[in-house]
Amino acid sequence: MAIVEVKGLSYKYPGSLKYAIKDISLSIDEGEFVVITGPSGCGKTTLCRCFNGLIPHFYGGEFIGDVIVNGLSVKNTPTTILSKYVGMVFQDPESQLFSLNVEREVAFGLENLGLNREEIRSRVNEVLELMGISHLRNRAPFELSGGEQQKVALAACLAMRPKILVLDEPTSHLDPASAYSLLTLLSDLRRRLKLTVIIVEHRLEALVAVCNRLIIMNEGKIIFNGDPRTVFSNENIGSIKSIGVGIPKVVELYHHLLNSGVVLRDIPLSPKMFKEYFLEVVKK
Amino acid sequence: MIEVHDLWFYYDDNPVLKGVSLEINPGEIVAIMGENGAGKTTLIKHFNGLLKPKRGYVKVFGVDTRYATVAQLSRRVGLVFQNPDHQLFAETVEEEVSFALKNFGFPKEVISERVEKVLKLLDLYDLRDRSPFTLSGGERRRVTIASVLCYDPDIIVFDEPTVGQDYMQKEKLAQLIKLLHTQLKTVVVVTHDIEFVAENFPRVILLSSGRVIADGSTRKILTDEDLMKKANLVLPQVTQIAYSLHEFGIPKDLLLVQEVRDSILKVLCR
Amino acid sequence: MMTLKAFEFKRGDTIIHRLDPRVKFLLSISYLVLSFIYNNFVILLILFLTSIPLFYLAKSLIDYLRSLRGALLFIILVFALNYFVSGLYLALTITLRLILLMSSFSIFFMTTYPEDFALMLVNIGVPYDFALTLTMSIRFVPTLAREAQIIIDAQRSRGLELEKGNFIVKLKNYIPILVPLIVSALRRSMSVAEAMESRAFGASPKRSSLIELSFKRRDYIALFIIVSFTVFMLLLKFYFHIEDYLNLYSLFMG
Repeated sequence: MAIVEVKGLSYKYPGSLKYAIKDISLSIDEGEFVVITGPSGCGKTTLCRCFNGLIPHFYGGEFIGDVIVNGLSVKNTPTTILSKYVGMVFQDPESQLFSLNVEREVAFGLENLGLNREEIRSRVNEVLELMGISHLRNRAPFELSGGEQQKVALAACLAMRPKILVLDEPTSHLDPASAYSLLTLLSDLRRRLKLTVIIVEHRLEALVAVCNRLIIMNEGKIIFNGDPRTVFSNENIGSIKSIGVGIPKVVELYHHLLNSGVVLRDIPLSPKMFKEYFLEVVKK
Repeated sequence: MIEVHDLWFYYDDNPVLKGVSLEINPGEIVAIMGENGAGKTTLIKHFNGLLKPKRGYVKVFGVDTRYATVAQLSRRVGLVFQNPDHQLFAETVEEEVSFALKNFGFPKEVISERVEKVLKLLDLYDLRDRSPFTLSGGERRRVTIASVLCYDPDIIVFDEPTVGQDYMQKEKLAQLIKLLHTQLKTVVVVTHDIEFVAENFPRVILLSSGRVIADGSTRKILTDEDLMKKANLVLPQVTQIAYSLHEFGIPKDLLLVQEVRDSILKVLCR
Repeated sequence: MMTLKAFEFKRGDTIIHRLDPRVKFLLSISYLVLSFIYNNFVILLILFLTSIPLFYLAKSLIDYLRSLRGALLFIILVFALNYFVSGLYLALTITLRLILLMSSFSIFFMTTYPEDFALMLVNIGVPYDFALTLTMSIRFVPTLAREAQIIIDAQRSRGLELEKGNFIVKLKNYIPILVPLIVSALRRSMSVAEAMESRAFGASPKRSSLIELSFKRRDYIALFIIVSFTVFMLLLKFYFHIEDYLNLYSLFMG
């Protein structure tokens, strides 16, 4: 069941001469873990903003086609309603935390929705517990590390119980350990809360093994769209490289070996998988 | 060239650098790595005098930084900051790039000549009359690099230049660093992008909680699991693969995909 | 710069911190009113001294005194100006009134969570959007300060020397600092707005609140003390004409 459907979408920012998104069509089913990548300026961030209505309602501009999210038309539904179903985590940790302490930050969205105090309190406690950040409850955002800030931002979104979570380069300002921690947590939460996750990222190493769909964009268009192994097939590798997308090293290794005559069962998406497939070859 | 001796620095009363000692020699390419808060940015701010040591000393070209101004030191140590939006202010790209040259008192003819040269080098010549604020993220970053390269410092320090950059942009940066190296410049890069360092830097200085916990060959350091863990970093994916295949005779200290491939082929041929 | 510390919220869990902000605000207003009603130096001094134990209870005494020291220049300036214009006695009075004014609001801001301040404003009828703007501005002050420092560092690294030159040159030199700061603040406000929209800001005209202000026993007690003290002081002035007695006394003493 498609929870997000993009139908012939084109978009131009106000005052811009060219289209940031050119006639994109896409369908995402409930429960999928989708990774969107592409070189800077390819339109992936723009596409993200179409999922909760920031485009076209906040940004204006020329919006052609439509995006249907959870049955609602983005073109005709304000962000205040869409944000009940779509949570969004942005790239810069500091700019999405605007309250003076974590507890109130997480409550912000719930207060906006007018929920009663008991409900708010219980949801805030629940989500802080879920994310393992209850100890940060009374801290101020600027006192937190980047990794902690992103966890708070995520908690603030999850408190609203969205069905879809969209993350726009959430780890770009984080160091490797915090990035890994955040993505692991995200993966875990997705399973437990049965969320649909759409994440925009440049660094694919940590994500290819857990996602079930990889979308590569370039110049406003979708070039590749499928499960990671299909996307990283031998025929595609050359074009992907020329688009300027970084291929995970383990996948590169697979192709190097392929070119040298060593064939693994399938494209490994993590070092663990690589060992598994390699063992099979060795046994022969 | 840069000599750091027992450097201690405090923010309010918190020690951020605890007795850091290191030496960077002319022509070197060095990566300074560590988790957020390890003190990397604080360390490089001592190289051009923005921060003065509370204990110990820092000497740049033999000059003790405590007795020189930031302007004097910046003349020879160029610092490229992480976020271009923290320095762009001029009406045109050309004016922006000339800023440092003007401050250092270069004559007008030299300024226009240098600016033209560096704009062409970084593919910005056609954008020279544009306002820096109308440029894309990647272009703005190149403008800030141009602003530093144009006055030709001997040492160029980049603070987290790979954050938010896509693969192509990182490749271009790597090429630029190589170019600077051939021009006999010393390049220091602060980063936590492990793959980027593994592929481009022969020497790594690893900081953790204000101390240098490793300083030396990239290969030795980035493939050392315990060290990486201590610094709150992760092994490069290639090295992780090498580790997992160690039982087959694959060495652990591999950094590049080609190395693992060659090693595997060798093992399979036996 | 140190003076600003007098109005900066300092985390703490003292009895003063726990008082309802409306009570503390009333305290500030009452100090304000009394400091203008009274002209007698001795009374003003006593009023000032009553604020000291409050700072002590709030564990903010040292910060407050430090900020006074920072404002010393300004205080001396005020004193000197008034001394030459109106004489010693009036100068002392006016300076003390200034200090008292500072303390009265200082105690409020140092012990009140900015968000509670916003809640209080909404409680007394200020529109939510305005209160939110206030809270957010406070929240981003440390961030902006940090950014300003980074910008200054970046421009100094390009040879900008802020200390050099005459007044005009110095002013011009601040353009490379102000422009990126303002641009950065504008960019950030866009990001913040996006994030707020994404969390349903404006969804419901009736916005609920996690925290609500409610008087506890200690608030009623504090309220009682403040009101009675204020009434007492007002009576002293207007009914018992204490200032006239004091002036007579000092006249008598020569």
